[in-house]
Order: sequence, then C-alpha cells, then structure tokens
Amino acid sequence: MTDTAVKLSDAAIRRRMVADFWYHFRQNRGAVAGLVVFILLVFAAVFAPVIAPHDPTMQYRDALLVPPVWQEGGRSAYLLGTDAVGRDMLSRLIYGAQYSLFIGIVVVSIAVVGGILIGTLAGFFGGWVDTVIMRVMDVVLAFPSLLLALVLVAVLGPGLLNAMIAIAIVYQPHFARLTRAAVMGEKAREYVTAARVAGAGNLRLMFKTILPNCLAPLIVQATLSFSSAILDAAALGFLGMGAQPPASEWGTMLAEAREFILRAWWVVTFPGLAILISVLAINLMGDGLRDALDPKLKKG
Amino acid sequence: MIRFLLTKLLYLVPTFLGITFVAFGFVRVLPGDPVLLMAGERGLSPERHAELAHQLGYDKPFLMQYLDFLVRLLHGDLGNSLVTKKPVLTEFLALFPATMELGIVAILLATLIGVPVGVLAAIKRGSWFDQVSMTAALVGFSMPIFWWGLLLIIFFSGILQWTPVSGRISLMFFFPPVTGFMLIDSLLSGQKGAFASAFSHLILPSIVLATIPLAVIARQTRSAMLEVMGEDYVRTAKAKGMPYSRVVMVHALRNAMIPVITTIGLQIGVLMAGAILTETIFSWPGIGKWMIDSISRRDYPVVQSGLLLIAAIVMIVNLIVDLTYGLINPRIRHK
Repeated sequence: MTDTAVKLSDAAIRRRMVADFWYHFRQNRGAVAGLVVFILLVFAAVFAPVIAPHDPTMQYRDALLVPPVWQEGGRSAYLLGTDAVGRDMLSRLIYGAQYSLFIGIVVVSIAVVGGILIGTLAGFFGGWVDTVIMRVMDVVLAFPSLLLALVLVAVLGPGLLNAMIAIAIVYQPHFARLTRAAVMGEKAREYVTAARVAGAGNLRLMFKTILPNCLAPLIVQATLSFSSAILDAAALGFLGMGAQPPASEWGTMLAEAREFILRAWWVVTFPGLAILISVLAINLMGDGLRDALDPKLKKG
Repeated sequence: MIRFLLTKLLYLVPTFLGITFVAFGFVRVLPGDPVLLMAGERGLSPERHAELAHQLGYDKPFLMQYLDFLVRLLHGDLGNSLVTKKPVLTEFLALFPATMELGIVAILLATLIGVPVGVLAAIKRGSWFDQVSMTAALVGFSMPIFWWGLLLIIFFSGILQWTPVSGRISLMFFFPPVTGFMLIDSLLSGQKGAFASAFSHLILPSIVLATIPLAVIARQTRSAMLEVMGEDYVRTAKAKGMPYSRVVMVHALRNAMIPVITTIGLQIGVLMAGAILTETIFSWPGIGKWMIDSISRRDYPVVQSGLLLIAAIVMIVNLIVDLTYGLINPRIRHK
C-alpha cells in the first residue's frame, strides 16, 4: 500500500514539473516558434518519401539548372528549380532534413553519453582521476573544434559517419566539464550522504542519485550542440570532408553548387537557407529551454 | 601578479605537452605506413625505406621518437612540407600575417559593433531595438558562414560588382611585404589605389568572419549589462542623482566588461575555425586555407605542425586573456 502511494506521488510530481516547465517554455514566443519549425523539420524528414515530388538523386537531363517556378523559365514540376545535373532542388532539400536530424541525433548521443560517463567519474571520484581526465579534456578543447574535426576526418577518412564521430569527439569535453561541475556541486548535499548511509553503492550514487539532478544544464548544452553539429557537419560537407556526393546533405549540396554561384542563385541560396532555418529554430528552442530549466532565471 | 602569471604558465605545461602528443600521435594513427606518409615518396626499395625510417627516426621506440620530436620542436624544427620542400615554420610565418590581419579586423568589427549594440539593447530592454538586434544576433549566431560568404559574393561581387571575389589585393599592385599586413603595406608602398584595393579585398571576408563573434559579443554584453544594472551600487549611483549616461558608462559598463572580455578572448578559437571556411571561400592566402589544402594534398608534416602551431597560438591568446582578466579584476588575482 505505502509503495503504491509513493509511486503515485512521484508521478504527480513529475506531472507538476512538466506542467511547470511547459508554462515557462510557453512564455518565450521565439522558443515556441522554434519548436514548431523543428516539428515541421522532423515531419519532412520522416515523410520525405511521401512528400518529396521527385527522387532526390534522379537526374532529369532535359531540365538542367531550371530556375524556381516564379522566375522566368521556371517549370511547375520543379518548384524550387533544379541543379546542374537536373535534380529537383525541393526533393533534395526535403531529403536533406533526414541527414541533418540524423547527424544531430548521432553526434549529440555520442557526445552526451561519453561526456556524462567521463564527467561523472571525474566529479565523483575527484583527486588524480579528476586531474588526469580534465587535463585530457583541456587538450581537446585547446584545438579549434572545426580544425580538430577536419584532422580527425583526415585520419579516419572522409565520409558522413567519420565526420559525425569526429564532431562528437570534439564536443564531448563540454559535456564532461558540465557534468563534472554539476556532480561536484551535488556530491556534498545531504541527500547523497543519506543515500550512501543507506548503503547505496558508488554506481547507484553516481547514476541514480546524483545524475538526475544534474540534467538541466546538460539538456540545454545538448540542444545547442545539436545545432552546432548540423552546422559543423555541413561545413565539413562543404569542404568535401563530410557526406559525399550524391548525398543530398545540405553542406555537400552547397559544395557542388559553388561553381554556379554567379549563374544560378537558387542552387546556392536554398540549401544554405535550409541550414540557417534549422539551426535557428533549434537555437531558439535552446534559449527557451534554458529559461524554463534554469531556476536562477525564473521569475518569482 | 607575478605569482598569478607563474601559476597560469605552470598550468599550461601539461596542456601544451598534450597538444604536442596529439600532433605527434596523429601521423601514427593514420592508416598506412608512416614512413611513406611522411616522406611522400612512392615505390620505395626496402633499402631506401630503411634509410628513410632511420632518417625520420621511425626505427626507434615510440617514446624515444616522441622525445626526439619535442627536442626538434624546441629547436624550432617543425619538419618540411612534402609539396614545397620548404620548412613548415617558414611557410607558416609567411602566411600567418594574412590570417592575423583578417582576424584582427574581424574581431575589431565584432567588438566595436557588438558592445554598443549589447549595451543599448540592455538599457532599452524590451524595446523594438532590443528585439530586432537580439533577433539579428540569434540569426548571426546560427549562420552557416560558408553560405553567408557565398551570398555576399553573389550580391556585392556579382550583382553590384563592388568588391573582388578573391585574394588580398589586385594583381596590378606589387610591393615587398614589410609588416605582412596588406592594409599597412599598401599605405607604405605609396602606390595610388593600392590601399583601396587591399581594403576592398578585405571587407567581405572580415564581415563573414566577424558574424558569429559579433552575435556572441552582442548577446553576452546585453546579459552582462542586465545583470550589473540590477546591482545595488548601480541603484545607489542612480539614487545619488548621477547622470544616467555616467551610471551606464562608468558604473555599469566597466563591471559588465569583465565577462565580455573573456567572451571576446574565447572567440579566438571560433575565429581560427571560421578562418578555415572564410579563407577557402575567398581564396584568402592564410593559414586556414593552407591547412585545408595540406589536408587534401596529404601533406602530413604541414598538417601535423600546423595543428600544433594553431593550438599553441590559441593557448597563448587565452593566457593573455586570462592575464588581462586578472589585471582588470583584482578578485581573480588574489583568489
């Protein structure tokens, strides 16, 4: 009986927290707009085969560099025009959303899991473990992130998977640092001592007792890293080190379009716009998350 | 202050050693034979291979190789480029001023616009200026700068034909480098139109490179100002009847600048990453383009040493920022 009562109140607390979070998140109009755009993006990625009018790799030889439909010479079959080998821009952009979301999810997952493991170890044990781990993290942080990612890709070989691994490695110290700081702050609190006295082992203390209370800054950082990952992966694609043609990854599309910048503005403009809008939407969401999750900034 | 400086320097030693280790180890984890990679020769006979391995020190134990690497480093020997056969350090020093010029102009642009915008947005919190400028800052922060650069080229170089597409100065002008900074050298050369040419080449790349730091600085200045404006000493100053402009400029801004200066310092890493993209788009002959070219040409000695030099520069700049921080904020120094 008492057991169920405790569970019920847990769920109630969780509902209260979600409601409270949503209340604060909703205050931020930008964040809500960002969320809407992000949902549209997910929708585009998931239903790409249904909504894209053409196959993204199909080359229509009779329709090379067709301008968008509203411009003279545009055709209604290709709403946003075609690229230099006659592929439909709109379809490629829609399929490109799959790449960007996939990149964001993979990079952030690897970086978060790695960073949390390393940061929790460093923060929980302190001493030489902490010193060694944090010095290694300092070394990674000493390199400009894009440069280190480039060199890592040079080592691993160009390609989307390697680009994602490289970016995740470069981002991981940020999560390690945040986790470490949060764990160190929480470690000395009474509830941790209470759990330890009650007989909880180190693993349980680290991941079950302390970690859930350190999540807020990590969630905010994860959102920001999601957008940076999209930007950096697109940059690597643009430099020829990320996704390889004919992938419809937005950065790779830009790299292929570069030579036509003065002849066909649409092949350059749209992929970049897609990157900008996605990144902006996620950053807006991140701002809203920070306001809603950071108790220091909450009003009243 | 001396003590503060020494602690900071001591703290950097393990990080620097770590950087050298990464740069050294990078070639060893590349797939393939390091001798072939570093010598850049094809179809070697076994004798020649052994000779090269000995010459490059690859026949020694790993740790000894690393120590040799460090010793050579301390003598300023960073190896030779496989493509040009010139010492890497010579190439780096020849190209670095171009990147530095671009970086300095970009960071000046970002600071001179970003700080006033942030201050204004903070003291007019909630106004249309605040909303417009902070929206613009968020757009700037989210900008894929390689695309932004292409857009500016389409508009200013393509449609308006105001600016050149690439390079540092028109081919019409030639003068020996004195400072390595094209803006200064073109003035010193006394050639008519040289400065204008250098300036028109520099303007678009520096705007592109300044975009993200500008957005970050404006946002950071605004939030630092908002925090400081809520402090008791600002209220006291206002209550004393001090002119509002003086309260803002003297009492608030000086304290708000402390985190802002850190932010500006942290942008150096952003600038180095941005330089790779900016220099590629505008064919700017700096170290960013040099690095990306070397990576695609598999000129590994250059990649190895370039990585090391760039990380060292970022580290030194961060140290200088830390020291400035200590100078303007005695609380840090005495902690």
